[in-house]
Formats: sequence, structure tokens, C-alpha cells
Amino acid sequence: MAEVAETTQPLLERATVDELKHYYYQMLLLRRFEERAGEMYVKAKIGGYCHLNLGEEATIVGLMAALTPDDYIFTNYREHGYIIARGVPPGPVMAELFGKETGVSGGRGGSMHLFDRKTNFMGGYAIVGGQVPLAVGAAYALRYQNKPGVVVAQMGDGTTNIGAFYESLNLAKLWKCPVLFFIVNNGYGMGTSVEAGSSEPDLWKKGASFRIYGERVDGTDVLAVRDVVRRLRARAEAEGEPAIIDAVSFRFRGHSVIDSDRYRDPEAVRRGRELYDPIRKFATLLLEHGVIDDAWLKAVTERVEREVQEAIDFANNSPDPKFEDLYKYMYATPVPNTPTTEDAIRAVKINHGEFDV
Amino acid sequence: MPVITYRQALNDTLGEELARDPNVLLMGEEIGVFQGSYRVTEGLLAEFGPKRVVDTPIAEEGFVGVAIGAAMLGLRPVVEIMTINFILVAIDQIVNHAAKIHYMFGGQVSVPLVIRTPSGGTGQLAATHSQSFENWFAYCPGLKVVAPATPYDAKGLLRAAIRDDDPVIFIESLALYDTKGEVPEDDDYVLPIGIADVKRPGTDVTVVSYSRMTAVALQVAQRMEQEGISVEVVDLRSLRPLDRPTIIESVKKTNRAVVIAEDWYSYGVTAEIAATIQEEAFDYLDAPVYRVAGLEVPLPYAKELSAASKPNANNLIYAIRQVMRGTKRMR
Ligand SMILES: Cc1ncc(C[n+]2csc(CCOP(=O)(O)OP(=O)(O)O)c2C)c(N)n1
Ligand SMILES: [Mg+2]
Repeated sequence: MAEVAETTQPLLERATVDELKHYYYQMLLLRRFEERAGEMYVKAKIGGYCHLNLGEEATIVGLMAALTPDDYIFTNYREHGYIIARGVPPGPVMAELFGKETGVSGGRGGSMHLFDRKTNFMGGYAIVGGQVPLAVGAAYALRYQNKPGVVVAQMGDGTTNIGAFYESLNLAKLWKCPVLFFIVNNGYGMGTSVEAGSSEPDLWKKGASFRIYGERVDGTDVLAVRDVVRRLRARAEAEGEPAIIDAVSFRFRGHSVIDSDRYRDPEAVRRGRELYDPIRKFATLLLEHGVIDDAWLKAVTERVEREVQEAIDFANNSPDPKFEDLYKYMYATPVPNTPTTEDAIRAVKINHGEFDV
Repeated sequence: MPVITYRQALNDTLGEELARDPNVLLMGEEIGVFQGSYRVTEGLLAEFGPKRVVDTPIAEEGFVGVAIGAAMLGLRPVVEIMTINFILVAIDQIVNHAAKIHYMFGGQVSVPLVIRTPSGGTGQLAATHSQSFENWFAYCPGLKVVAPATPYDAKGLLRAAIRDDDPVIFIESLALYDTKGEVPEDDDYVLPIGIADVKRPGTDVTVVSYSRMTAVALQVAQRMEQEGISVEVVDLRSLRPLDRPTIIESVKKTNRAVVIAEDWYSYGVTAEIAATIQEEAFDYLDAPVYRVAGLEVPLPYAKELSAASKPNANNLIYAIRQVMRGTKRMR
């Protein structure tokens, strides 16, 4: 993991005890949610691809701590933690991973396509870079309608090599869009390291030719992430100045649950998980400062364990989407000559071999 | 009804919709200061200002993506792509996002976006500038694709597209911009998306067409009448949804069908229509369905070669005579 300078400001001047405890709780919730999601995938409760946020908990919680309810978030497909930290209960998130009607996207999206209107969580997107112009467009709309708030375009390090990213930087600066390009730099895009993919591996510098300011932050330090987002968010909202945040962290596992991570040295991965575990680091810090004690840690661990189990139970007990609703969300404005409920029922019956011809 | 050009019908409608709804805005390359590569947006920057008529840099993927994101937050962008050839660099945003967002996110958000673009070839524009890609979009569930052939339809469908909450690909034609026709003045005049139009009734053979090929079909129909052949012209108007019932009803009446489109023969729009007729009116056919489409080459520049590669009235007349005789298509 790339090194980043630390602040010297005393901890308790930076956050209240309640805030610190809440951040810890959220990070632990994301950790357990993802560990259990991995288990559920292996049990075939979850299908498709499933990308976990393990190792990125401080990046996510720090980001969300700095945002306001007016803000909008667009992310990539590695987004379970973002929607939860934004305030959506774990139950409907797990239900979406299970493909259930009660899932945040009605079981139509899955792990890579989570969405929640109420919290302005504007979706996970699974075409690398695809979400970035959308986020600029949302920021454009805020500016057009003279509304408060900023938009976060979350993406991975590998995403900074695709054309859509550069067109977005140009348009955002040109049109004064209040958008934060938030790079989750976990060192790899699948098996390709930052150095192997980016001719400029200091990703925060990639805005230079667009006159966009960038900054690197330790993505395993929840307060550092929160503080840089707060600063650049305020500027984006007040002045329509986009910015790049390069949040460095360590990816704990393979690219997705099914990736065996053969391209990384197992010993280096083991060491990385020890050195760069944001939750362990934060616990040590809070214990040192007497913010929490072992009894509190035990209680919060039990609470998180219970909440994640409840999410799994909720998902397990939820109904599947109905076959007759196959075409339900085709169009927002209905038009003639489109497939009907009856068409769906007939097609599914044949597909199931339910015919007597 | 006043008689105006197809271009004027589009220009009027854009202006009226800008005036009606403050969330409508136009975006595209050279639409403002330059007044539109084909002058469809002429005068609109002066009338509505740069907030409503936005000149974009040459970044189709970027600004189409921006328009989709803005639409998700309630704006109603009408994007101009200079010609359909340049839409390819934006196709990921259209197919993977505009078309998916409403469904994939369980109906929580919609994308009220229009993308206007002229399709097809004219005037020796050669291989990269003469293509017809509307079938690529008509193929994609979640999009709506319309292709008006007359000023009347252009107005009614553009209004419908702008007021629709889904992404609509609006296909225009360079060769139609100067054509004239009657257009209603009524402020509430809107045409439904997804409904075809029998542009000319007939009894002997159905010609299915859209956009510029409908104009060709109507001319040919008139000539055929002198030969004693009564041609019914079905103008699709909408490629997705496709109004299959109107096509089938016509073929069941005439028992013969010719399909004409400017795109390439294999896998093109004509293939979809022919398949539909085969599925739903097989027993009514007195002759195989005949397809008239573009020849399958990267369109050559040389004048005569270029013209020979695109379907015209002669191709259609030949096809009609063939189906009237009940003969098979000669490759
Ligand atoms: C356009 C496109 N190309 C390739 C892929 C396959 N793919 C999915 S994730 C990924 C790596 C992305 O890496 P990064 O941006 O660093 O995000 P991370 O997965 O590390 O969070 C690739 C190549 C894709 N989804 N979209
Ligand atoms: Mg990465």
C-alpha cells in the first residue's frame, strides 16, 4: 500500500466519542456483512459475480460520514458497503444479493446493481467507468436546478484508465459540476496492479491536465477520509469545483468471491491484512484513547453479528419475484405493442416444460 | 394545416417544448453557436440562451452519459448526435445504462431522455458517414426507437418522445429535412409511440417501410397504380415497440409483402419484419416476402457505385413486380 502522511491533531478534537463509536460500529457491520455474503455465495444463495469491500471499510465509512442527505452517490459494482453505510438496512441489501422481491432493486439488479431512491444512492454499475459520466450528469442537474449537494462518482483504481473517466473530468471542470471523483485505490484491477495499468500511478495527479485538484488519502484511516471529503465536498458545493480523491487501501481477498488471487504472493497478502486492517487499527486507537473498552467491543461485535444474521434471515424468508412480473419495469411510460403479463406467464410455462403438445 | 419542412417541424417542436417545460434542455455538438450541423436547432440558442441550449465538446460517450445522469435527477435532455455514425462511441451509455436503469433498479428511477440523430446515406458521404444503425437500438429492450417519415409525424413523435419518461432514440434523415408536408398547429397534438401508420391504402401488395424509404414507397405506389397494381404502404413510425398487428392486418388483406429499409440486408430491419410476417401470416401469403435493403459493402465513395449500393425506387418496383408474379428473390 502506498504511504500517506498522517495528521497530528489529537483524536478527540477531531470527532466526538459517539461519532467514533458509530464509525467503528459501521465498519464492523460492513466487515461482517461481507464475510457472511462470501459464505452465502459459497452456499449458492448468491449468484453471478460478488465483489466484497473487505479492507475498504474505513474508506466507505469515512466518505459517508462526510456527506449530507442532499448528496448523491454513484458507485461501481463493489458497493454493498456503500449502500449500507449510506443508511439502507442490511436486510434488503442481503435480499437483493439473494435475488428476492424485497431486495433494494426488487431482485432485478443483484450484487452489482444496488439502488436506493430514498437515500440518493443512485446505483451500482458494472461496466467499468460507466457510472462516472452519470455522476457528472447528476451534478450537472443539481447545478441546473440550483439545488444544494454534491455527487460522488466512486470508482476503482483500474477505472482511471478508461476513456469515460477522462471525458468526465473534462466535462465536470468545463461545466462546473459539483462532483467528487472518488477513487478506491485497492492496488489492483482484477489481477492488474496500478503500476501495470497506469502510466501515472499517482492517481490523484490524473486531473492535472483538466485543472482538477487531486489529493491522496490513507483509505484505511476513517477520519482522514472523512476530513478530506468534507473539505473538497464543501468546495465542490460552493464553487462547482470538482476534485479527485485517491483513497489507498489494501484488498483483503481476490477480485471477487470466486477469484483465488493466484497473482499475489500469499505471504504479502497475509502481511497486508495485518498491517492495513482499518478496523483493527481503529480499535487500537480507540482503546489507547480510552474511548472504548473491551466490554464495549464485545457488545458491539455481538450486535453486528446479530444484525447480519437477521439480514440473512430476512433474505432467506423473502419471496422470489413473481414470473408474471417479468416485464413489470420495462417502461416508465407504458406504450402499446409491448409484452404483457399474459405473455410472461405463457413464456415461462413453456420454459418450465409445462405444456401438453 | 400549414405546410412546412421536416426540419421546421422539428425546430418548432424543440422550441415549443423548451418553452413549455423548464427541465427540457438541448445538448449536442454545434447545436448552439453554429446553429446545428443541419440547422435543426437554428435560432434556439438566441431564443433560450446557453443554459437551455448547450454546446458540448466532441465527447459523445461523456455527454450522453451526462444526459442520462441528469435525466435520472429529473431533467429532460434532448441530445443531438450529429449523425448516427458517431453514436457508436456512446453506445455503451445508451445500451448498458439508459436502456437498463429503470428495469435493473426495480422501477425506482426513470431516464426521460431523447437522442435525435439523422441516419442513412446521402451525397457521397462514403463508408463511415452513411450508415443506418437504428436496428442496433431497436434490438435493445428498454429503449424506444421512432423514425418519422413526414413533417406531420416528426412533430407528433418528437413531442411524444420529449414527454415520455423513457429513453427514446429519434431517427431523422438528411434526405428528409427539406421535404414538406402539413403539420397541425394544435398545442396538444402528439402521436403515440409504438403505433404504425397506413400511409396509403391498397389491395394487392403491402410495402413495409419507415423514414426516408416511406417517401420512396409512396412515390412508387403512385407509379404502380398506373400499372394497375394497388400498393398499401405501412409506415412503421416506431421500430421499438414494433406494431406487429398493423403489419399483419395489412398482409392478411393483400397477401403479398415487400419490406424496404436502407440498412444492410443481413440481420437488418427487413429481416425482423419478414420473420414477423412469416410467423403470423404464413397461410395468407401468395408469394415469399421480398426484402429490399442496402448492398453489403462499406459504402464506396464513387458517385455511381455509391448510389447503386443503396435501395431506390427501381429496387422497390422490381421487388413489387416479383411478388406480384410470385417469384423468389434473386440474390
Ligand atoms: C468496460 C469493462 N471492461 C472490463 C470489465 C471486467 N472487469 C470488471 S471489474 C474489473 C477491474 C476493475 O478494477 P478497479 O477499477 O480497480 O476496481 P476494483 O474491482 O478493484 O474495485 C474488470 C476489468 C468490465 N466490467 N467493464
Ligand atoms: Mg482496484
